[in-house]
Formats: sequence, C-alpha cells, structure tokens
Amino acid sequence: MWALLIRDLRLAVRAGGGFGLGLAFFLLVAVLVPLGVGPEGDVLGRIAPGILWVGALLACLLSLDRIFALDFEDGSLDLLTTSPIPLEGVVAVKALAHWVVTGLPLTLAAPVLGVLLNLPVGGYGWLVLSLLLGTPALSVIGAFGAALVVGVKRGGLLLSLLVLPLYVPTLIFGAEVVSRGAAGQAASVPLLLLAGITLGAAALLPFAAAAAIRINLR
Amino acid sequence: MSIWEYANPKKFMQTSAWLLPWVTGLALACLVAGLIWGFFFTPDDFRQGSTVKIIYLHVPAAMMAINAWVMMLITSLIWLVRRHHVSALAAKAAAPVGLTFTVIALLTGAFWGQPMWGTWWAWDPRLTSFLILTLFYLGYIALWQAIEDPDTAADLTAVLCLVGSVFALLSRYAVLFWNQGLHQGASLSLDKEENVADVFWFPLLVCIAGFVLLFVALVLMRTRTEIRARRVQALLARERLA
Repeated sequence: MWALLIRDLRLAVRAGGGFGLGLAFFLLVAVLVPLGVGPEGDVLGRIAPGILWVGALLACLLSLDRIFALDFEDGSLDLLTTSPIPLEGVVAVKALAHWVVTGLPLTLAAPVLGVLLNLPVGGYGWLVLSLLLGTPALSVIGAFGAALVVGVKRGGLLLSLLVLPLYVPTLIFGAEVVSRGAAGQAASVPLLLLAGITLGAAALLPFAAAAAIRINLR
Repeated sequence: MSIWEYANPKKFMQTSAWLLPWVTGLALACLVAGLIWGFFFTPDDFRQGSTVKIIYLHVPAAMMAINAWVMMLITSLIWLVRRHHVSALAAKAAAPVGLTFTVIALLTGAFWGQPMWGTWWAWDPRLTSFLILTLFYLGYIALWQAIEDPDTAADLTAVLCLVGSVFALLSRYAVLFWNQGLHQGASLSLDKEENVADVFWFPLLVCIAGFVLLFVALVLMRTRTEIRARRVQALLARERLA
C-alpha cells in the first residue's frame, strides 16, 4: 500500500500529472471573484467563506477523473485488482494520494487567498481546520464517482454531474463552519458534522467504489 | 441468454398487460375527478385566494417525486441482491417519471410562490433539497445513458442509487441546518392537527391517488417498453450469430 501511495504521488507530481492544476484554478477563482463582485471589503468578507469552499470543491473536481482513468487505460488497474491488497484498500490509497496532491495544497493555500478575499480575522483558523477535515471527504466521494465512470470515454462532464450533488452536505457544513467562525459564533457543531461526513465517507465509500470498479472491469 | 435465466419477464408482461388498462383508467378517473372537484367545487382560501388550488398538483407531484426515488432504491436493491432484470428495468423506467414529477413540483411551487411569497424561488430547505433531488435524477439517468453494456449500467446505477439515497437524505438535513424555511410545514400527516381543512383535504386525497396510479401506469408502460427493447436486442444478437 505504501508503494502504491508513493507511486501515485510520484505520477501526480511529475510532468503531466496535473499537480498544480487544482491549485492554479483555486487561485484564479479567488482573483476573479473580487474582479467580478467589486472591491468592497465587507461584501467580499461576507462571501469569502462560501467562495473559498466552492473554489476548493471545484478545484478538487478538476482532477478527479485522473484517479482511475489513466490506470484503467494502460491496464494497471487490472493488475491492482489482482494484487494482494484488497481493492477497497487500493481505492482508499488512491483517494489519499488525490487528497495529498489536491486537498492538502488547497488547505495550505486557502489562508493566503482568504487575505485576497478580505476574510475576517477570526475565520482563518476555522477555514484551515474545516478544509483539513472536509477535503478528504471530497477526495473519497470523488474517488467513488470516478470509479463509477471509469469505463466511460470522456466521462468528465458525467463525473461532475454525479459527484456535485454528493458534495452538497460537505459544502454546506464546511462553508457554515467558516462563516460562523468568521462571524465569531460557535462553529463546533457544523465542524463535528463535517468531520462525521468525512469519517463516514472514508469508512464506507471505498467499498462502494471497489464494487463499481469490479463491475466496470468485469 | 442470462436475461431468461434469472427473471421471468414473460410473467411480468402477461400480468402487466392485464393490469395496465385498469390502472391507467383508474388514474385518469381519479385525476379528472380530483382536479375538477379541487378546481371548481372547493372554496377559495380566505388569504391565498384561488392560488391555493395549485395544491392539487403541487403536493401529489412532490410526494411522488420522493416516492419514485424510494421505489428506485428498492428495485435497485432487489436487482443487486436477486439479479431480477425486470427490477433493474423498472428502476430505469421510473427515473424519468420521477424527474418529471420533481420538475412539476418545482414549477408549480414557483407559480405558487410568486403570488404568495413574492418570489419565484427562495433558498428554502425544501426547495433546495428538491433541486438537489433533480440533480440526483439527472445524474442517475445520465449514467444509464452513458454505459453501453446493459448489465454493467444496471449494476452501476444501482450502486449510485444506494449511495445517492444516503447523500440525498444527508443533504435534506444539511439544508435544514443551513437555512430556515419559508415553506410551510407538512400539509398532510396522520396527526390531524397539522392537516389542511377538510374541504381541501378530500379532493387532495383523490388527486394523490390519481398521481400514485399514474406513476404506476407510467412505470408499467415504460418497463414493458424496456423489456421489449431488450427482446429486440436479443433477437438481433441471435440473428447476427446465425
């Protein structure tokens, strides 16, 4: 499993892996929104939590089809299914690798972009914490979606259509944590719910995703 | 052919052929009776005027939009566990019907909300969760369309339906958390206190019965079509082999 993780990370970071794509997209969203909305600080500060979460979510979405599609095309997914690691473990590791190359950088970059969007001072800790707890759920749910469409040629649009409704609870709780934290209210309830979604998704969805891959490879 | 081993479509075709005219007729009778009764023989509401009559389309459509998804969930489970093809095809057949009901509920809700709330759309929990339900239906139908092998498509959509149900339920409660509603509470429940007044209640019941029967009729009809399409495919495949 360790070797698989290292392999996936290496593939993602090296040329053509699309490592910086999500991060660049996130940056662009944070730069373009003030240009579109206008420079008033209080308006930006109020919408900043939502914009940052939506931006992170869409940036995650960009690289989802890479989780399985390339391995499916060159046949290494078939090898992985016959390897001694259970397929559920493979899915979990691949989701983890996806999180390390997208969710984690997004989380680290978010405070900087929060400055651009005039996020209130109290919100930064909550922003990082909520993204740290929430983005793994985005990767796991995305891995499930990618497993469903792995056999479909050019399934990118279909993947977004399938995955976006699944992202709704994560987005709602994640953005709620930040906006409550930024407004100085107690944010621990949505934070706990967000963590619950992440844990539940990480525990259960690898099984569903592995089932979908087995069906696709049949 | 694996289709014929696992399920008995012949039996289904026979039963549904017998059942379909009755269900269709009853559905039409209930809908005509309920809508005419509701539109012309009930008083206007003292505050809402005649717009209250949208209830006869809005509430049954919204109920069936949810029930259709529940039915798809059950048939998907049956397909995954027992591998009855008719079950998978029924889920496939129900999805566009459910989507239509969802859209009807959203549209009639908009027409009702415009005079009453002064807006076509509000990010109310109920409205939002219906919009999300629409997305789930669209994704489900799109996945059926995208995959060519029918058995693979049936399996994958069934898995999607199971996972989607969990997330749809989660979203339903998440949006409650996110925004307090403009929409009124339950109009129908077994608890008599919450119900609408009896003058509206009885024609509404007839309309609901009509919508349920209409749904059953449409799903039967569409499942029969799907089975026939499968048979044509099988015959064509056999011809190619011969």
